[in-house]
Amino acid sequence: MTDDKKVELNKVSDYPEMPVSLGSMLWNKTSSWRNFKPVIDGTKCIGCGICWKFCPEPAIFPTNPPTVDYDFCKGCGICISECPTKAISKVDETR
Amino acid sequence: MKQVMNGDFAASYGAMSALVKYVAAYPITPQTLVVEKLSELVADGEMDAVFSKVESEHSAMAACIGAEAAGIRTFTATSSQGLLLMCEVLHWAARGRLPIVLANVNRAVAPGWSIWADAQDSISQRDTGWMQVYAEDNQEVYDSIIMAYKIAESPDVLLPMMINLDAFFLSHTSEVVDLIDKKDIEKFLPPYEPKFKLNPSEPHAFNALTSPDHYFELTYKMHLAMEKAKKRITEVGVEFEKMFGRRYGLTESYRIEDADTVLVTFGTIAGTAKETVDLLRKEGKKVGNLKIRVFRPFPQEEVCEALKNAKKVIVVDRDYSYGFEGAFFTEVKSALYNKGVMKPLYGMMAGIGGRDVSTGTLKEIVAKAEGEDPKNPYFIGVKL
Amino acid sequence: MIEIRLHGRGGQGAVKAAEILAKAAFYDGKVVQSFPFFGVERRGAPVQAFTRISDEKIRIHSYIYEPDVLVVLDPTLIGAEGVNILEGLRSGGKVIVNSTKEPSAFDFHGKNGVTVYTVDATAIAVKNKLGSESAPIVNTAIVGAIAKVTGLVTIDSVKKAIFDTIPRNKEANAVAAEDTFKNVK
Repeated sequence: MTDDKKVELNKVSDYPEMPVSLGSMLWNKTSSWRNFKPVIDGTKCIGCGICWKFCPEPAIFPTNPPTVDYDFCKGCGICISECPTKAISKVDETR
Repeated sequence: MKQVMNGDFAASYGAMSALVKYVAAYPITPQTLVVEKLSELVADGEMDAVFSKVESEHSAMAACIGAEAAGIRTFTATSSQGLLLMCEVLHWAARGRLPIVLANVNRAVAPGWSIWADAQDSISQRDTGWMQVYAEDNQEVYDSIIMAYKIAESPDVLLPMMINLDAFFLSHTSEVVDLIDKKDIEKFLPPYEPKFKLNPSEPHAFNALTSPDHYFELTYKMHLAMEKAKKRITEVGVEFEKMFGRRYGLTESYRIEDADTVLVTFGTIAGTAKETVDLLRKEGKKVGNLKIRVFRPFPQEEVCEALKNAKKVIVVDRDYSYGFEGAFFTEVKSALYNKGVMKPLYGMMAGIGGRDVSTGTLKEIVAKAEGEDPKNPYFIGVKL
Repeated sequence: MIEIRLHGRGGQGAVKAAEILAKAAFYDGKVVQSFPFFGVERRGAPVQAFTRISDEKIRIHSYIYEPDVLVVLDPTLIGAEGVNILEGLRSGGKVIVNSTKEPSAFDFHGKNGVTVYTVDATAIAVKNKLGSESAPIVNTAIVGAIAKVTGLVTIDSVKKAIFDTIPRNKEANAVAAEDTFKNVK
């Protein structure tokens, strides 16, 4: 069930037996919930991993420097306030 | 291989024979010997499973839910207050469509504190979405647990199943039980392969928030599964009989073809009722017995078919729905009404709190119903 | 179907005796059922245990009210307050008592077709070091007497059932059963 498609639930036979969301993480993208995006400045990052640990989604991957999965980041801002070196900034996303 | 064993051990061996891989249980009162034996079998290496000793019955079922969701065949056992403490997670197991099997030793609910036979504990869990079987003897306890996995794990069923056995009358009673060889079990019971399971490489969200847009459909699917389960229980019973020679269905009729009065019974009372039928037949009375083996899904078609020729029907309940009547009585009445079958029905309360139901008690019940119309429900033998 | 009721005191092993008897009958090809009186056991309190032996499937699941055979593990229970050993005994029934007395010493011997048999199972248990001298365990010994008096089970099956049921001193328990088998009067 890793196909990147939203499952259509139009009739009873479409439903799985249990309330299991099929690949929900893949199709249920939450980027639209965000009104700004966090951007990591690799030159200030000390690789402490705090942003990765605190991200509730989790939408930050522990690369060096860390990378943000903008398909799922909801823009909560926790990483920005927790970063000890202020390496993450709030970037306006007005479209 | 035949052995003499009590009903608790029959349940333990049933789980072992069904190749259960995970058991979680609370080990203290009101727990029974079922899990003591299982912990022994696991510790001695006779049973290839993991045994988790947990801090409550609620946790036991929660642990089974976790293991079952990971695709492992699980089992637990409890009794009376322990089953009641499980109530919340019983719903989780059923709506999560996890085919867990549970052995429940039917005991009266406290207070007054009781360890004796009474179906109040499981009857009060009627609406949790669990299938419920009531066993008549220790062989049936053992066989039912093995069949339970085959039924519950069917892709069109996927519902948990509770096998109930009367406290003392089975749990502490030693009888001959024929245990099935592992190689025959493997032919009968395929390995458990769920469609969805907890698996990091194929992530799903389990038991997620379900809006009114979808919850209704899931409930309807449970209704379909319960209907399907009736068919599966019968099919699996036929298959079991072919392989092992013992027949189990949704109900079991005994001498009802020409019976004027039919007793409707469940659990150990059903066996004693068959004995009573023979005694009354010797006295010239046309009496029969209908044993209801499966309470959920309720076999209304079979019940109506079996009772269609009876002039009087007496339902014996070892449970009570406070403020109305015995639960089996309600169900039988409702099933008959649904099929448009009308006839005199009597609801007899007997054996509550472990009081012995002998052939004498059942004769008294039949005599009562044959006399002037008793008030429903009638509490037989109550010291007024 | 033969129904047997055993009377003992908590701690004497009446329940195990009923189970051993059932297993022995099972080894002899019978259908069996055995169970304790359902309750809370306390050392010294009067207890009962039951065995049913049949050639056919045993369907009944209730207490035994009209036994064919009574077994009394402790003679002081006869006439004890609130205990009616003979209750429901069928006419022509057999009563096996663990006692040093002769069967004729019991006033119900010969009445209503009842036959009393006695055996000093206590002495036999003490001799075989079963339990302690102050509290000998007579349950295995008495089953030997049941085998002899009723002919329901063979002594070989009784010994096999003892070996399968009793966790230790298996040999001594089997010897005690054989001893009562030979000495019951």
